[in-house]
Amino acid sequence: MPQNPFAHVDLSRSISRPPTKDVYLADRSYRAFAVAGIYVLLALVVYILWQIGGAAMPAVHDYHLGFLTSSAWNVQTGQFGILPQIWGTLYSSLFALMIGGFFGVTVAIFLTQNFLPPRLAVVFRTIIEMLAAIPSVVFGLWGIFVVIPAIRPVANWLHDVLGWIPFFSTSLSGPGMLPAALVLAIMILPTIAAISQDALHLVPYRTKEAAYGMGATRWEAILKVLVPAASGGIFSALVLGFGRALGETMALAMLIGNSNQITLSLFSPANTLASLLASNFPEAGAIEVQALMYAALVLLAITLIVNVLGIGILTMTTKRSAVK
Amino acid sequence: MAAAPVSSLPNLKRKLTESRALTNYLLTIGAWVVAIIASVPLLSVLYMLIVKGGSRFSLDLFTELPPAGFEMGGGFGNAIVGTLVMVALASAISIPTGILAATFLAELGPNSKLATTARFLAKVLTGFPSILAGVFVYAAIVLAMGGYSALAGAIALSVLMLPTIILTAEEAMKMVPRKMKDAAIGMGCTRTQVIWKVVLPTGMPGILTGVMLAVSRVAGESAPLLFTALFSNYWLSSLSEPTASLSILIYNFSSMPFENQIELAWSASLVLVLIVLLFNVLSRLIGRPKI
Repeated sequence: MPQNPFAHVDLSRSISRPPTKDVYLADRSYRAFAVAGIYVLLALVVYILWQIGGAAMPAVHDYHLGFLTSSAWNVQTGQFGILPQIWGTLYSSLFALMIGGFFGVTVAIFLTQNFLPPRLAVVFRTIIEMLAAIPSVVFGLWGIFVVIPAIRPVANWLHDVLGWIPFFSTSLSGPGMLPAALVLAIMILPTIAAISQDALHLVPYRTKEAAYGMGATRWEAILKVLVPAASGGIFSALVLGFGRALGETMALAMLIGNSNQITLSLFSPANTLASLLASNFPEAGAIEVQALMYAALVLLAITLIVNVLGIGILTMTTKRSAVK
Repeated sequence: MAAAPVSSLPNLKRKLTESRALTNYLLTIGAWVVAIIASVPLLSVLYMLIVKGGSRFSLDLFTELPPAGFEMGGGFGNAIVGTLVMVALASAISIPTGILAATFLAELGPNSKLATTARFLAKVLTGFPSILAGVFVYAAIVLAMGGYSALAGAIALSVLMLPTIILTAEEAMKMVPRKMKDAAIGMGCTRTQVIWKVVLPTGMPGILTGVMLAVSRVAGESAPLLFTALFSNYWLSSLSEPTASLSILIYNFSSMPFENQIELAWSASLVLVLIVLLFNVLSRLIGRPKI
């Protein structure tokens, strides 16, 4: 008498059927495509290194490491060296990091520690984030017509009064290190502020409560407890901001003056690796292109090291605080 | 009900004569000053764009070609077209690739060695100097194709878009509740069906946010276009020719000694910032949590 109670159910229309051949095939091919997407990314990175490295090889053979320590850039005689550009890149980026780092971290503290009513905090956060959306070339234009005229009288006054200090040893006639570094600082500020804010948010609320419980004032709690607790994240924010400053191109190409000299002066024109590429590449001949490729390789190496360092620290610190 | 003995509590308010309280007060003022100074550049840029860029605003800007030397008037219609075409092409390349890769990172093998490596490389690529993307495409494509072109420019931009799209799309897909996926798997869906019918539709707002952010970032890029798309004074007629873009126009015109060109550079900046901000705002609107 045992009758199948589901006899009337058409099993082929049931939901619990094994995948058909088509479905199975679609699944496999989609997975293959997704893996292919990953390999496109991996291949891209390898291909970038391979192409830039390959294009730089002839110049690497011709100039060896002397390229890094020479300061000639002469297309006629075929002498190339990028010491002034390396100097300018590091100098402008470090200077920008000092200003942008100070402002960025302070803004991050200001935004995360309830200094503002929530509504105003959103407005302010948007203002800082919008800075990141302004294209580099627009900052360059703004730098030429707003920043340079604004700082010229101050710079020339400093030169007149304190000219014996190496930083102020020349007067500012137009483009130069200071306007470039100031604009650079503005451009890395949002990066530093955003990553520092994340780091500060990761500090458990109780840590701050405990500090207040001990009788700390607000700034004692911030400077002696919160900032040290978030120091890993803030440090990586600074490193990543530095990395961004090293590779920033257009604003610098427009503001730094493109002059091959090594000087401590903030007011004299200088050059960076990225702006050397930007200003010389479009009209370069074959031999100069090879030298520029070598310069690009150096820039690639520097920025890769700095970025890998920054991301490494960030991954380590966020993992550690996630475990807590 | 007895009132709390307020007077018996010690006064917890610190007086400013106490040095700790004074330091605290001064630092708070300092933070306000720093924060206000930090917002000055944006306000100044926006003010200049509206005053200088807005003064020349007219239909001519969009329909005419860039003027030469001493010519008056003119516009940058070809540069707007060039920018939009190159950004669209770059999106067409990097959006599908990026989303495919992101589904692998989020769903198919999130903890595999391959995924960890790819995630790390994508993060490194987000900090990759944009000019090096130009150098790379110059070496890989411009030299091979024998000339500057819109296509080369678009490929350089897509290199910059890809990591942003991958990382943000992965985050968006990770936000899809575990239970929804489990339910779909319980219904007998294959992994692909789960991704197509549950993960992608649910994560779509987040994915689109990432896409818009990537678009708004590359729309303003100029360094990678300097020697991939170069510039052109004429309308775009073919993808394998040098192509104008707004950002390169601003760069070129900013160093010219002519008043007319500089005014045009400001107007072009205004248009460029409007395009960038449009995509930026879109990304916020789409990504805003419903409810």
